[in-house]
Amino acid sequence: MAENTALTDERIPTVIADRVDIVYRVNGTTGGRGSATAALNRMLRRKASEKAAGTRIVHAVKNVSFVAHKGEAIGLIGTNGSGKSTLLKAIAGLLPVERGKIYTDGQPSLLGVNAALMSDLTGERNVYLGGLAMGMTREQIKERYQEIVDFSGINEKGDFISLPMRTYSSGMGSRLRFSIAAAKDHDVLLIDEALATGDAKFRSRSAERIRQMREHAGTVFLVSHSNSSILETCERALWLERGELRMDGPAEDVIKAYEEFTGDGKKKPKPKAA
Amino acid sequence: MSQVLDTPPNATAAHEDLAALAARHGLSVSGARPSLPEYIRQLWARRHFISAFATAKLTATYSQAKLGQLWQVMTPLLNAAVYYFIFGVLLGTKRGVPDYVPFLVTGVFVWTFTQSSIMAGTRAISGNIGLVRALHFPRAALPISFCIQQLQQLMFSMAVLAVILLAVGVPPAVSWVLVVPALVLQFVFNAGVSMVLARIGAKTPDIAQLMPFVLRTWMYVSGVMWSIDNLLKQHHGWPVWLDDVLRANPAAVYIDLMRFALIDSFHAGQLPPHVWAWAIGWALFAGVGGFIYFWKAEETYGRG
Repeated sequence: MAENTALTDERIPTVIADRVDIVYRVNGTTGGRGSATAALNRMLRRKASEKAAGTRIVHAVKNVSFVAHKGEAIGLIGTNGSGKSTLLKAIAGLLPVERGKIYTDGQPSLLGVNAALMSDLTGERNVYLGGLAMGMTREQIKERYQEIVDFSGINEKGDFISLPMRTYSSGMGSRLRFSIAAAKDHDVLLIDEALATGDAKFRSRSAERIRQMREHAGTVFLVSHSNSSILETCERALWLERGELRMDGPAEDVIKAYEEFTGDGKKKPKPKAA
Repeated sequence: MSQVLDTPPNATAAHEDLAALAARHGLSVSGARPSLPEYIRQLWARRHFISAFATAKLTATYSQAKLGQLWQVMTPLLNAAVYYFIFGVLLGTKRGVPDYVPFLVTGVFVWTFTQSSIMAGTRAISGNIGLVRALHFPRAALPISFCIQQLQQLMFSMAVLAVILLAVGVPPAVSWVLVVPALVLQFVFNAGVSMVLARIGAKTPDIAQLMPFVLRTWMYVSGVMWSIDNLLKQHHGWPVWLDDVLRANPAAVYIDLMRFALIDSFHAGQLPPHVWAWAIGWALFAGVGGFIYFWKAEETYGRG
């Protein structure tokens, strides 16, 4: 797919980030962890500088620009807290940007429905609820229902789909969540560490499913701490560090530079002090 | 192309072109607020999600309780019993009110519908920030869904109320049909106010701490446990505007409409003048105004 588009004069862009800044504002962080005096101070000095008023500003993504094209699979790498997930949410239009603009072709979707599911409901009802939350129709869900359940493998050890999700083991829960999320086809697909769920058998099955989705989707973004899964899935990689785009290029080159930066490619990157 | 960059890639000269490139390929700005007709269309497309979310929330509420869904009926019954004990027996508010039990229970149920809708609306965005940040859907789906959940809850209460009415000897009448338009109007009103508070609560979650006090005050002036009509007859010296304000209060309007529909001893003379006009007016004002007010901030929901 990438080869086809590369042959034309201009590749078709699907996501364009133009000098994007993303800022979180957190209330009650200074002056005694949200004490009453700090809150009062904040209210009285609303017009004064936000820092003095006890609102901390977290500059999560700084001046990031890139163009993603149709048929590309792009890996996002970087140490913990470097702004990868934040950038992904902004591309999906779920987090407002402070400055700059993100242009997209159609509606990019995050792969994930966890927030819409309710642990007190049965797996079956959650399949419907999650599907509806993603914008599928009841008919579409009904059509794919068996496929979703079979793919999750929930019923391999008995009729678990008719039990509340709170009774599932954490692995079963995440398998069902992935299966629901993967049931929909997306134009621009954003995946946040989804490959790391479930046992080895399920991981290979989900990697296969992501490959299928890539064929249907125009563009795929993948956030992962597993360098091998980035190399496997993506031909291009963006390296974010402290919110800044440090490197953008072919996945092998970026991963190599990143491994040099983190010291050892085999070791997990050390979490940055928050 | 791939080197460690000190400045962002696609050197500065290319920046001017990014917006043009986006325009040339018809890309749209991510996370921009849709136009009002488009927003309504999106919301309509998600109607199944809205109702499924409401039903799921309702089912999940009592799913861990031993008595399960029985609590849907028990909770309103116990509420009515407590209010009857305090206002009917201890304070003797029932003097001068015929059929006091149905009068009180209707008031409590109808008021609870508005109160819990508004409370749920206040937390609709701030309490579901994970959902807002994970999935794309018109955010108005959340406050509306919570109001539908309360409406479903009210249906259980109304079934209880029907039994109480028959038990105390209020005969079923044709006027019971009026319950439907009254409830529709009250639902629209509730949804509108919920959306206003959902927007305020999304920016200032503190409002959720304040609302119980506002709502309790509102309840006491709305004639939930006493008759506004009786009170005004007893106090002739009161200024006329106070009379008008008490009677035009939307909660009082919807409560009195329901009493008029259900209780035969509650006659049309006790209703405020132009009651249906008030009921429709409040519903339109809150419903349309609240929806537009909520939509105006659509793109900001989800900011930390």
